[in-house]
Amino acid sequence: MLLITQTALELGFQYALVAMALFLSYRILDIADLTTDGSFVLGAAVSVTLAAAGHSVLAIPAAMAAGACAGFVTAFLQTRMGVPSILAGIVTNTGLYTVNLMVMGWRSNASLLRTETLFTLFKKTGVGGSWNELLLSASITIVAGTALWLFLGTRLGLSIRATGDNRDMVRASSVNPAFTVTVGLCFSNALTALSGAVVGQYQKTVDMSLGTGIVVIGLACLIIGETLLGRGGIGKGIVSVMVGAVVYRGIYAVVFNTKIVPIECLKLVTATVVALAIAAPAIKSGAAFEKRRLTASRKGGR
Amino acid sequence: MLQIDNISKTFNPGTVNEKKALSQLSLHLEPGDFASIIGSNGAGKSTLLNAIAGSFIVDSGSIALDGRDITFTPDHKRSVVIGRLFQDPLRGTAPSMTIEENLALAYLRSQEEKTNPFSRIRKRDKELFAEKLKLLGMGLEDRMRQPVGLLSGGQRQALTLLMATLVTPKLLLLDEHTAALDPATAEKVLELTRAIVADNHITCLMVTHNMKQALELGNRTLMMADGNIVLDVSGRERTGMTVEDLLRRFKAGTGKELDNDRILLSD
Repeated sequence: MLLITQTALELGFQYALVAMALFLSYRILDIADLTTDGSFVLGAAVSVTLAAAGHSVLAIPAAMAAGACAGFVTAFLQTRMGVPSILAGIVTNTGLYTVNLMVMGWRSNASLLRTETLFTLFKKTGVGGSWNELLLSASITIVAGTALWLFLGTRLGLSIRATGDNRDMVRASSVNPAFTVTVGLCFSNALTALSGAVVGQYQKTVDMSLGTGIVVIGLACLIIGETLLGRGGIGKGIVSVMVGAVVYRGIYAVVFNTKIVPIECLKLVTATVVALAIAAPAIKSGAAFEKRRLTASRKGGR
Repeated sequence: MLQIDNISKTFNPGTVNEKKALSQLSLHLEPGDFASIIGSNGAGKSTLLNAIAGSFIVDSGSIALDGRDITFTPDHKRSVVIGRLFQDPLRGTAPSMTIEENLALAYLRSQEEKTNPFSRIRKRDKELFAEKLKLLGMGLEDRMRQPVGLLSGGQRQALTLLMATLVTPKLLLLDEHTAALDPATAEKVLELTRAIVADNHITCLMVTHNMKQALELGNRTLMMADGNIVLDVSGRERTGMTVEDLLRRFKAGTGKELDNDRILLSD
């Protein structure tokens, strides 16, 4: 039981980085960035490949840089080439499939056997005792969250936030929205790749299918967090995605161990929950409209 | 200050929706000029303001501001020296960000603020913002950490005015910026506009549908029709001019009645 909770918390913090990335791209920039699936695998592939070559620490910034490049391509397509934003993400994502294969030496998976990882290195320090993996995962996520929070309070961060709110106003403040979108997507994909990098070294393996549906899972974490804590400022948003990701992994662990729902069905369940949560405002107003129409027709007395 | 020479713009050229919005228009504004523009529906008033602000690049002709040619300068670069307000009070502010953060963004137009993108809002910035907000007389200086989305339309338009002039622009473009407000609020925002423009000696171009306003406010009145300026009155000729005189002059100049539903409806 303790092990299950521990694993759920570890994975929760690791995947929280994806939710954080989506908080930046989807909530703040108002862009549904479908590069996410690909840049998650890219991060994992770069991380595992470099760790296999003996650079498990260097692997982390390298994976983030690779993710930022993927974000840049998506941003370039949508801001300079006029590709619709969702399509830009899909195009980059498709291209990344080949890039990811290439990173892993043209194989569809890679493993770390007797090589050092970030986690084995940290374990050697003895900090955190039997909680060392959780401590490391949580620290990375909290550092990244703090960095994001600090960044969004700077002038550049403010203009990125305004971009999702009112692009006309960004232009009127002498800032090019194409630039802020680019910086925002580079940052968010670096976070997604960081998540992949940590997960890859944690699981000691990376597979091409690792990223499938990550964007929906990330959105689920985001929505769970916002439902539990409510929407508010930037700080609250960042904390709530972490909470959301941990809760999601908790639910996953329960399902996985009790088999309430067959584990194969979890993606369908997640997709349904996300679709319903995003559709909630429309469903609510539709219901209100029907109710209003029914009362009106009753009063009409026909 | 502003020198526009023979600019033209045609929208959707070569299609059934082809519309010649500006045709060989020239306009010269002296430093400190406050000109108001009136005209029929579709005369090209907003298009002219869009052309100056850089929302699109004109098909021909040139635009220069303070001696610098800006014909091909992108809009976000022009906004360093051009402030702008729209009719829709929601267009000038970011609703989910606080008043303070909105002002901090507007402050980016000052060149020294741009040098370090990672700098944060400082205490002296906040003091400056509070001081400026006080001038609006709306009590916004006590609500600086509230999201702008909570403000009324009038408050948002007043805030937009403050943001557009926080870093004194060389040119202020006002596109019927009081038209969507209730009469009392409109009067208040107009009064603020007059004060800020006069205090900072800002050159200003204002589109309005209120004929009386067009004659009372500022020092020049321009009338537009079919993508050009057909009437330009200032100085002695303008003093003592009535709305009826203006309408007569318009008809004499264009051979048409002034056709603007909003003008006919306003007092």
